Amino acid sequence: MLAANSAVQRPTDAKLLVVDSQRNLIHVPRTAFVEFLRPNDLVIANDAATLPASLDGVHQQTGKTIEVRLAGRRSLNPMDVKSFSAIVFGEGDYHLRTEDRPQPPTLQPGDALVLGPLHATVEAQLGHPRLVSLLFDGAPDQIWAGLASHGKPIQYSHMQTSLELWDVWTRIAGPPVAFEPPSASFILDWRVLSDIREQQATFATITHAAGISSTGDEDLDHLLPFDEPYHIPAVTVQAVELTRRRGGRVIAVGTTVVRALEAAATDDGHLHPGDGVAKGKIGPATRLRVVDAILSGTHEPGTSHYELLRAFLEDSALERATSELIAHDYKTHEFGDSVLIL
Amino acid sequence: MTDPFSGLRVAITGGTSGLGLALVRELISRGARVAFVARTREKVEQVARENPGAHGIVGDVSVKDDIYPIAIQITGELGGLDVLINNASDLGPTPLPMLSDTECEDLEHVFATNVFGPFRLTKALMGALAASAREGRGAVVLNVSSDAAVNAYPGWGSYGSSKAALHHMSRIWNEEHAAEGVRFLSLDPGDMDTPMHAAAIPDADPATLKRPEQSAHEFLEAIAVGMMVESHVSR
Repeated sequence: MLAANSAVQRPTDAKLLVVDSQRNLIHVPRTAFVEFLRPNDLVIANDAATLPASLDGVHQQTGKTIEVRLAGRRSLNPMDVKSFSAIVFGEGDYHLRTEDRPQPPTLQPGDALVLGPLHATVEAQLGHPRLVSLLFDGAPDQIWAGLASHGKPIQYSHMQTSLELWDVWTRIAGPPVAFEPPSASFILDWRVLSDIREQQATFATITHAAGISSTGDEDLDHLLPFDEPYHIPAVTVQAVELTRRRGGRVIAVGTTVVRALEAAATDDGHLHPGDGVAKGKIGPATRLRVVDAILSGTHEPGTSHYELLRAFLEDSALERATSELIAHDYKTHEFGDSVLIL
Repeated sequence: MTDPFSGLRVAITGGTSGLGLALVRELISRGARVAFVARTREKVEQVARENPGAHGIVGDVSVKDDIYPIAIQITGELGGLDVLINNASDLGPTPLPMLSDTECEDLEHVFATNVFGPFRLTKALMGALAASAREGRGAVVLNVSSDAAVNAYPGWGSYGSSKAALHHMSRIWNEEHAAEGVRFLSLDPGDMDTPMHAAAIPDADPATLKRPEQSAHEFLEAIAVGMMVESHVSR
């Protein structure tokens, strides 16, 4: 599939491939998404705003230029920002594919990193030479101020221009806890939310710290997705229960919503509100207990996102859908086209 | 009965003097979680020291590139947002010139602070506010207005026309987001004994002016009513 290379969240020519419950494939303009909703359906999106998680700086022991990409955090607690897991890259910027970036200097526990106004110490390697846990100096407010002034959103080599926060924050963006944008939600704006209400469907959110989608390193990519903390509001749990009683469908906007809801579900399909951490992978062997349908970006075979779609659709139908996406020039990646699997 | 502001997450622009500072003080004393924004680092640090628990953010709402850094510190430090008070305002040059004597650049700067700043910041924080409303906490945006927004006072051309624009935007926002449960208020605090009033009318007798603490208290009562109305509607 072609990479969408311009930072427009809702291009007027965006496409949507709908896979209906009979496995028919239907091509529509993406703005027609709402027409596939029925009364009592529940649309759930991830309202995480995206952190400026890319931090340029210097490895003090060697003086070498590095880029740190924050990749994980223990909790969503606003004041729990001293400790992050992070992936470290050598010099260069987003114009180089991550695969082609030079290796960073060897990182040892205790090494000091100067990242603009932020100072951090390497705590430990996390099973890979470039994946480390970092400890920032300073009080939480100073760390937030440093991230705000010095950080940039994680960049992609397939983009024409560098991304700013306003490019990656969705309209519904709330707590800044995602490391990369929950980009399936780019489809949503305030008009679409109003249209959802007009269809007598309901909109709800979860907050999930969407992690890094790709690292450019095969060994690291095998570790994806990392553990991701989430929060499920009590009202969202109530909305799911009401939807169940009324025979509506729970439609997840994006893979992170599936991850959070399924992580919070008990074996008998009950959902727990509150905070949790999503671990493990969702794939063909997963029995979905909460989510009935997914609105997602287009994903290529071999990615963890594609594996998650296999929980919704048997392989033959998913392969047919993928061929259809390629044949009809659907775009992929963050700003690409979408699929709706009902 | 617990204070309606206890635990509420509130952001205030222009929080180091006048009405904004009075709002910060009363909100902190009532148990709110407060983030305030102002341009001067020293003043931000001083107000943060004097009001333990308040999160001070250095930024200028008239500068486009400051908006997202401000927004991410607000939602980052508070973990979300229930109330936004767009209070930072620019009077323009003093003594107040007649509109036809006003330099275009001065008019643009007044609009940058009083209209585009609140527009951009509200837009960036709308997701957090709507989330608060969905969760039944209510959500209110208070845009600080002025009687100069509706009355044609000679000499108040830049300020009055910018506040008129903000007032009308508030009304449209309020219509458009009513269904989401986000309420927009546009309120005139009255003639207060503040640095801005002293700049506009230097020979005014402070004894005839309202204390900013009084206006702050009235605004919080209006917000409390707005929160209750909306949390009731959204359920």
